[in-house]
Amino acid sequence: MSAAEELLVTSSLEVLRDGQRLTLRFTGDWTTQELARHDPALRNLDPQDAREVAMDLSQCGAVDSAGAWILDRTLDDLKRRGLNVALVGAPPAVETLMGTVAARHVECPPAPKGDNPLVAVILRVGRETVRISREATDLLSFLGLTITVMLRSLAMPWRIRGTALISQMEQTGLNALPIVGLISFLVGVVLAYQGADQLAQFGAQIFTVNLVAVGILREMGILLTAIIVAGRSGSAFTAQIGTMKVNEEIDAMRTLGLDPMEVLVMPRVIALVLVLPLLTFYADIMGLLGGAVMATVVLDISFFQFARQLNDAVTVETLAVGIIKAPFFAFIIGMIGCYEGLQVTRSAESVGQQTTRAVVEAIFLVIVLDAMLSIFFSVIGF
Amino acid sequence: MAALEGAGTGEGAGSAAQDRAAPPVLSISGLKTQFGTSVIHENLDFSVQPGEVMGVVGGSGTGKSVLIRTIIGLNKPTAGRISVFGRDLAGLNGAELMAMRSRWGVLFQDGALFSSLTVAQNIEVPMKEHSDLSPALRQELIDVKISMVGLPPDAAHKYPAELSGGMRKRAGLARALALDADILFLDEPTAGLDPIGAANFDILIGDLQRALGLTVVMVTHDLDSLYAICDRVSVLVDKRVKVGTIDALMREPDPWIQEYFGGPRGRAAAGSAEKAGTQPAGTA
Repeated sequence: MSAAEELLVTSSLEVLRDGQRLTLRFTGDWTTQELARHDPALRNLDPQDAREVAMDLSQCGAVDSAGAWILDRTLDDLKRRGLNVALVGAPPAVETLMGTVAARHVECPPAPKGDNPLVAVILRVGRETVRISREATDLLSFLGLTITVMLRSLAMPWRIRGTALISQMEQTGLNALPIVGLISFLVGVVLAYQGADQLAQFGAQIFTVNLVAVGILREMGILLTAIIVAGRSGSAFTAQIGTMKVNEEIDAMRTLGLDPMEVLVMPRVIALVLVLPLLTFYADIMGLLGGAVMATVVLDISFFQFARQLNDAVTVETLAVGIIKAPFFAFIIGMIGCYEGLQVTRSAESVGQQTTRAVVEAIFLVIVLDAMLSIFFSVIGF
Repeated sequence: MAALEGAGTGEGAGSAAQDRAAPPVLSISGLKTQFGTSVIHENLDFSVQPGEVMGVVGGSGTGKSVLIRTIIGLNKPTAGRISVFGRDLAGLNGAELMAMRSRWGVLFQDGALFSSLTVAQNIEVPMKEHSDLSPALRQELIDVKISMVGLPPDAAHKYPAELSGGMRKRAGLARALALDADILFLDEPTAGLDPIGAANFDILIGDLQRALGLTVVMVTHDLDSLYAICDRVSVLVDKRVKVGTIDALMREPDPWIQEYFGGPRGRAAAGSAEKAGTQPAGTA
C-alpha cells in the first residue's frame, strides 16, 4: 500500500435514524490508528427511541483486534439496553475475530491505590529507619569480616592475589592521576585567589602561602582525593562486584571453593589502602603548585619567596596529618564499595541503586571520620 | 550451487495453500552483513508471504538473531535491500519509519519488558507513543491484549521481576501486539521455558496468528515449535538461507540440515508432531 493510498483509506461511522430503527454503518478500515476518532461517538451513542439497531459492516475494510473489540463492545452495550441488535453483512473473518476477542476478554482489576500520602510518608520514614539501622549492623559485621580476612591475608601474604592487586592499584591509582592532579591544582588556584583577595585588605598577601599550604596539606588534599576516589573507584567496585553477582559469578566462585572475600574484596581494599596515601601526596604537591602559580601571577610572589614562606608556614607534621588519614579513608571507601556490590540482588536495576548508595555512604563516612579525626588531632595538639 | 539455491527448492515444494500471487510482506535481496572482518550474511535472499509463519533456524553464530535485528533496523546492513510491505526501508524518512515500526511487533528473547513499569504500563507504552487513543479505550485494549495472550488479570499490575519466565514472554508478546502489528518477529520465543510452557506458547502463537491473520517470523532452536506452527522454515547455511517446508528441507544434501532434522531430536519432534496431528499441513 502506498502512502497516497494510505491517506485515502480512512474509516467513517454513519448513524442513520429511521423511526424505531437505528442503523450504524461502519465504513473503511477499523484499525487501532482510526479508533480514537470514533470511540467517543460510540461510547456516548444515544439510541433515543429506537427499538432495533442494525450494525452494518458490509462496507468494512480491515478490522484488527482493537477494532473488533470496539464493535463487540458497542454490540454488547446496545444489547444491554434491551435493544434488538443485528450484525449486517459482517465478513466472516471479522465476526470470528469479534467472537475470539469477546470470548477471551477478562477485565483486569483496577490498579491498586497507593496509601494516603501522610501515611505513605510515615511508612517510608519508618522503613528507611529500619533499613538504615539494619544496614549499619550489616556494615559493622562486614567491617569485622574484612579486618579478619585482612589480618589472615597479612599473616599469609602468599595468599594475596598479586596480579589482581597490581591491576587494582593501576586502575584506582595510576589511572586516577590526571583527574586528581587537575582538581587539586585548580583548588590550589582557587584557594590562593580567594585568600589573596581577603588578606590584601590587611596588606598580608604573603600569608596567602600559609593559607594555601595549611589548607591543602591538612584537609583539602586528602578530602578531595578521597571524594574523587570514592566516586571513581568505590562506585567501580560496586558495579564490578554487583555485575558479577547478577551473572551468578560469585555463586560459581563459592562452588569452586574460592572465597569472594579473598579473591575480590581483599585485592581491592588493600590496593586502595596502598594507593590513596600516594595519591594524596601527589594531590598535595599539585595543590601547592596551583597556589604557587596563582601567587606568582596575581600577587607577584616568586616561586623562591613562595618556597621560603612555605618552609616557615608548615612542617612535615602538617603533611603527615593529611596523609595519615588516607589509609583509613581508603579502607572505608574500599569496604563500602565491595559491601554494596555484594548486596546487589539479581537484577540490573539494583546494580545502579547499590552503586549510588555506595558513593553516598562512602563520601558521608569519609567526611564524618575526617571531622572526628580533626577533633582528635586538636585535642592531642597535633 | 544453483541447484542448492534455497528459495528455488522451497518455492517448488511450498505448501499449495500459500497464495503465490500475493506480493511478499517482507523481502530481502542481496543482503550482506559484516561486523569488522567477519561476514555474517552474504548475498542473502529471503521473502515472507502474508499470513505465513516462517521459522528461522541455524547453528550457533550463523546470524539468526542478527538477521531479525537487521530487518527491524537495529543493525545497518552492509549491502542489500530490505523491503517491508513493498517499501524499501533504506528509502524511508524518520516519520515513515516510525509508521512502519508501528506495523510490526518484536518479542525479544526474555521479553525485554521495561523493568520499572508494570505489565499494563508496558503494554500501554506503544499505544501512548504511536496513537491518540483515549485513556479509557487504552485501558480496555490493555485488558483485551492481556486476556488474548493468556495472562491472568492480576498480572496486569505486577512488575516484570515478579513474573515467571513464561509470563514475561506472554507480557512481551502482548506489548508486541499492542498496536495490532501485521508482522510479528519472535526471537527464540520458547527458549528457557519448560516443555509444557513451550508447548502452550506454541499453541498461543498459532492461535493468535490465525485469529489476527499475523505474519510471523520466528527464530527458534525448538524443533517442536517448528513442527507445530511453522508453514515454512529458513535455514541459515553458508551465509545464505535455504527456505522450504520441513519435508522439502529434509531432502537437502547439506550435512547440517540433515543432522538437524534427521538427528535424534529432529526425529523425536517429527514423531510427536505426527502423533499430535499438529503438522503444519493440518493447520494450514
